[in-house]
Amino acid sequence: MNGVFETKPTTAVNPVDPYLRMDRMPSIWCGGCGIGTTVNCFTRALTECGLDLDKVAIVSGIGCSGRVAGYLNLDSFHTTHGRAIPFATGLKLANPELKVVVYSGDGDLFAIGGNHFIHAARRNIDLLVVCVNNHTYGMTGGQVTPTTPEPAVASTTPYGAFEFPFNLPHLADSCGAVYVARWTTYHVRQIARSMREALCKRGLSFIEIISPCPTLYARRNKLGDGLDAMKYYKQKSVIKKGAPTAGVGIGFQGEIVCGTFIDRERETWIEAYNKRHQAALGARFAPYPTGFVDAKVE
Amino acid sequence: MKADPRGVLSGSHYMDGDHACCEGALAAGCRFVAGYPITPSTEVVERIAQRFPMVGDGIFIQMEDEVASSIAIQGAVWAGKRAMTVTSGPGFSLMMEHIGLAAIIEAPCVFVDVQRGGPSTGLPTLPGQADMMQARWGSHGDYEVIAVCPNSPQESFDLTFDAFNLAEKYRVPVMVMLDECVGHMHERVVIPPADQLEVVERKWTTQKPGHYKPFEVTDQTMVPPLIKAGDGYRIHITGLTHDERGYPVMNAVAQEKLVRRLVDKIRLQADAIVRFEEIGVEEPPGHVADVIVVAYGITSRVAMRGIELARQKGVRVGLHRPLVVWPFPEKRVAQLAQKAKAIVVAEMNYGQMYFEVERIVGGRCSTRLVGHGGGSVHDPQQICDAIVEVSR
Repeated sequence: MNGVFETKPTTAVNPVDPYLRMDRMPSIWCGGCGIGTTVNCFTRALTECGLDLDKVAIVSGIGCSGRVAGYLNLDSFHTTHGRAIPFATGLKLANPELKVVVYSGDGDLFAIGGNHFIHAARRNIDLLVVCVNNHTYGMTGGQVTPTTPEPAVASTTPYGAFEFPFNLPHLADSCGAVYVARWTTYHVRQIARSMREALCKRGLSFIEIISPCPTLYARRNKLGDGLDAMKYYKQKSVIKKGAPTAGVGIGFQGEIVCGTFIDRERETWIEAYNKRHQAALGARFAPYPTGFVDAKVE
Repeated sequence: MKADPRGVLSGSHYMDGDHACCEGALAAGCRFVAGYPITPSTEVVERIAQRFPMVGDGIFIQMEDEVASSIAIQGAVWAGKRAMTVTSGPGFSLMMEHIGLAAIIEAPCVFVDVQRGGPSTGLPTLPGQADMMQARWGSHGDYEVIAVCPNSPQESFDLTFDAFNLAEKYRVPVMVMLDECVGHMHERVVIPPADQLEVVERKWTTQKPGHYKPFEVTDQTMVPPLIKAGDGYRIHITGLTHDERGYPVMNAVAQEKLVRRLVDKIRLQADAIVRFEEIGVEEPPGHVADVIVVAYGITSRVAMRGIELARQKGVRVGLHRPLVVWPFPEKRVAQLAQKAKAIVVAEMNYGQMYFEVERIVGGRCSTRLVGHGGGSVHDPQQICDAIVEVSR
């Protein structure tokens, strides 16, 4: 009986601690919220991917998920609402040695920031974009977002959402992202693995993580607490690797198709920039560093 | 620090103000430009797009809009580059959000606004000078910036170059307020050799990681030293009100400390920042003219013709021209107001800098606005008439 409890919990160090700004704990996130779970997975991915953490930068927008940048012990930037991707674009292009991760929510990335996402994906800027999708604006009190399924109740759709929601993997796929995956916060190992894989990709990778908001989305829709969300994710998610993204839209409390849908190679923005200018200018062109160790043009 | 010769197109050229602005940025070491097409500023980024691939470590990206452009440059700043975005009125309006961000995160960067007639889409191909107050107060919240205002292609080169130095020195966004006339006017532009161009180096920290705080004031300048991402400092930067570490702090004490410093670092050092040119204001020294015309940008050149016409009618009149418009040369204008009979402000709007002048003058002499809605320059006769009238 004693064996299990011999290590005093007060002296134990959580393996995640070194990745966090512990002087900023506790976080602002509510009990049962999934954002912290995704951060935990992210730290595991960072451990496993072997990147020099001094060269990893994280950029967030505004909102509950926008606070991720503030808690990670990396070079971290909490920018303006919806604009994490263009900030990250400038950061990455100005120093290609950095691995730049954008971490934000569905409202931030796909309502106010939607235009930036589609262009970053089209350009294939070398970024990992993680979207914690809780179908709501948590920070401002639970308003409808571009991913809220019909007929979920939100504070600005008191009679139920009625707009057609984004199917985010399909959007990312059609804009040219090189890696597209979706998981729920029930799939912690898969999230960590996907993040690790995406961190090793060249180009724009996109991971959507379906995550509960017990305080607002779940409460208004009488869906229970964080545990009920886990039960829903467990029961209603199906893993379909390589599934055509057009068919992975999510209905209200409906099936959640998870998995890695897209994993392909495509020239990044800097590679395309170098190739074009090399062709047009020849020796007069001074190639721009790609930041890739084994890159052809350095 | 001397300018990097790769970016300096030394020699005597015949070019317009937009192109000269591009060369000023290149000479100042600007190596990241994000922009979105908009008349009459597009020539600046068109030239950047042509020049950067041959300069070496420069990147130009045409973003999806001005909102994106104005924050992409700030990402580049934290990666260690000197960065600029270029636009005109409607785009400048979209950039306001990120002028505020640059102010609060103290990102040294340059915003070029080639002013056209407004409001809204207004007169895309014709001049205006009605973004002057927007340059100062356009973003929400309280902050101070620096703005410069050239009146020739040569000055477009010179002041764009200086804008980068001012941005670095004070860790603020600096606005280069061109107007369509100066932007599209072709004149001789002389670019000195690189070793004659003094570039203000970024104020890098001497602290080691773990000790450095991105918003800690270490000297009299109130300007905290900088680092760049990727050097192991693991900084946190936020647009929220923050403490010296950069961590969000949501209370009035932190707000007072931060905002007060953002304002004071410019206001209390304004004497070192202001720059102006005067023609015939004090001739002989100590004898201030009866009438002073305050004008900037293209209007200062039109005003000179108005001044000549008024002199022919026997009026003792001179020109006071701010080159740095924000902070405004308040002390000098107050001094002139003590001795002059009247101050005439000519500008292509219906009273923006005029209200600043009126405030500074405080009734010590009479003031007169010669306003203009934009679309063309003033008729010099209009300025002359105002001068003659107030001189009586």
